[in-house]
Amino acid sequence: MQLFYHTGRYFELVFNAFRRPERFSIYWKQIVHEVDKIGVQSVGIISLLSLFMGAVICIQTAANIDSGWIPAYTIGFTVRQTLILEFCPTIIPVIMAGKVGSNIASEIGTMRIKEEIDALDIMGVNSAGYLILPKIVAALFIFPFLVVISMFLGIGAGAVVGELAGVVGYADYEVGIQYDFRPFQVIYAIIKTLVFAFIITSVSAYHGYYTKGGALEVGKSSTQAVVYSIVLIMVTNYIITQLLLV
Amino acid sequence: MIEVKDLFKSFNGQQVLHEVNATFDPGKVNFIIGRSGSGKSVLTKCIVGLFEVSSGSILYDGREFTSMNRGERKAIRQEIGMLFQGSALFDSLTVLENVMFPLTMFGNMSKEEMKERANFCLKRVQLEAAHNKFPSEISGGMQKRVGIARAIAMRPKYLFCDEPNSGLDPQTSIIIDNLIREITVEYDITTVVVSHDMNSVIEIGDNINFVNKGTIWWKGTRNDILKTENQELNDFVYASEFLKQIRHNLG
Ligand SMILES: Nc1ncnc2c1ncn2[C@@H]1O[C@H](COP(=O)(O)OP(=O)(O)OP(=O)(O)O)[C@@H](O)[C@H]1O
Ligand SMILES: [Mg+2]
Repeated sequence: MQLFYHTGRYFELVFNAFRRPERFSIYWKQIVHEVDKIGVQSVGIISLLSLFMGAVICIQTAANIDSGWIPAYTIGFTVRQTLILEFCPTIIPVIMAGKVGSNIASEIGTMRIKEEIDALDIMGVNSAGYLILPKIVAALFIFPFLVVISMFLGIGAGAVVGELAGVVGYADYEVGIQYDFRPFQVIYAIIKTLVFAFIITSVSAYHGYYTKGGALEVGKSSTQAVVYSIVLIMVTNYIITQLLLV
Repeated sequence: MIEVKDLFKSFNGQQVLHEVNATFDPGKVNFIIGRSGSGKSVLTKCIVGLFEVSSGSILYDGREFTSMNRGERKAIRQEIGMLFQGSALFDSLTVLENVMFPLTMFGNMSKEEMKERANFCLKRVQLEAAHNKFPSEISGGMQKRVGIARAIAMRPKYLFCDEPNSGLDPQTSIIIDNLIREITVEYDITTVVVSHDMNSVIEIGDNINFVNKGTIWWKGTRNDILKTENQELNDFVYASEFLKQIRHNLG
């Protein structure tokens, strides 16, 4: 019962968020602001994590195939596949769910308990649209860039670390990252990213929007936003993979 | 004028309001008073449409609000200003931007005209000096005044104030009360104040509706209220020893 109730209310909220905006210029301003908050301010952490993940995957792969029978370019190949197929499009959004999702839920939740959302509604502003749509649009726009940046940095870090640690030379690595490259896999990654961007922003906004009570409940909403976002990311990850790659 | 007719409201089968009938006059400060939990906030939220009523009608100058669709309600809402209990200013905007907000959303003015109007409203509440500050940088009383300025920015026909004095000292309360009354009279607004502060009621209450047990138990003017024979209202008005003493001295 609860599940139906929440699902219904979630879709109603998303539907309301996509109603025609009162003033496009104001929504536009909000979108630019959100692109900065959601995207640009996450570049640092995403880059850092990608560098280390690329490095670790490279060394681990090398350690696991320490056999003369497997060609050295396998390392580059594995790093590329791991990053493009899973790490960048799935783990980066999971990290973003923690960073951006909790932020969205607590921001909107605070506005709810301080009656700011009521104030918007009374003025006749579509509060769902004004607060949520810019975040969804901004995330859909900026997430793919973050993920692509992450791919390049991760693969680059693998190359550098492989060389420095002496597990794989640049030349072999380069062969590996070009081996059997299928552009569709990048498209698959971008599709996943877009779906996850939508999940993170809308689910977190949902939890914030329907916060009831006080500061304690805002904290709870924020936690729930992250948990539900991550669970949904993992479930849809499976569904999309099944649909697109099998 | 706002008319409430035979309003019922229940939450999941639990009745909170029943048979509420009330009229709120323009150019007057109309009070909704009552004990905590009596249903004042629910009634107000029903009137402005934040809650759907279970049955009954609400008329804004004869226009039936409860049966309106989204678009029609939006038009009425632009005639409504509301001052919230916690001010509900937007934290991320400055004082001036807060007051300009409804104008930028709905007004068809140029940027200059909007600024002018917002500054005029701020001046009306004696806050023109604070326009560049953020809500967190000003006192509670000032926030209430900004709330009033924002509420009147669109020249509303109807003004709702939810507990305008909560958390304010008696002197600041009187300033806010008088501001509400002056604005009501000056612009001929239908003002509805929700309160349990007897000082404000006596200070500025023109029409008073006493909510008890989910319905309007008593209505009258501020002269009537001090002389009331109604037991429940009496208990409410003369709750403090101080007021009991005054009543005693008045004979
Ligand atoms: N959203 C809701 N769902 C269910 N019951 C509610 C809801 N809002 C209010 N109530 C109930 O309605 C009754 C009246 O509440 P209301 O908030 O209107 O009181 P009030 O007169 O405004 O009190 P106060 O002076 O403390 O603000 C209470 O018993 C409350 O539990
Ligand atoms: Mg209340």
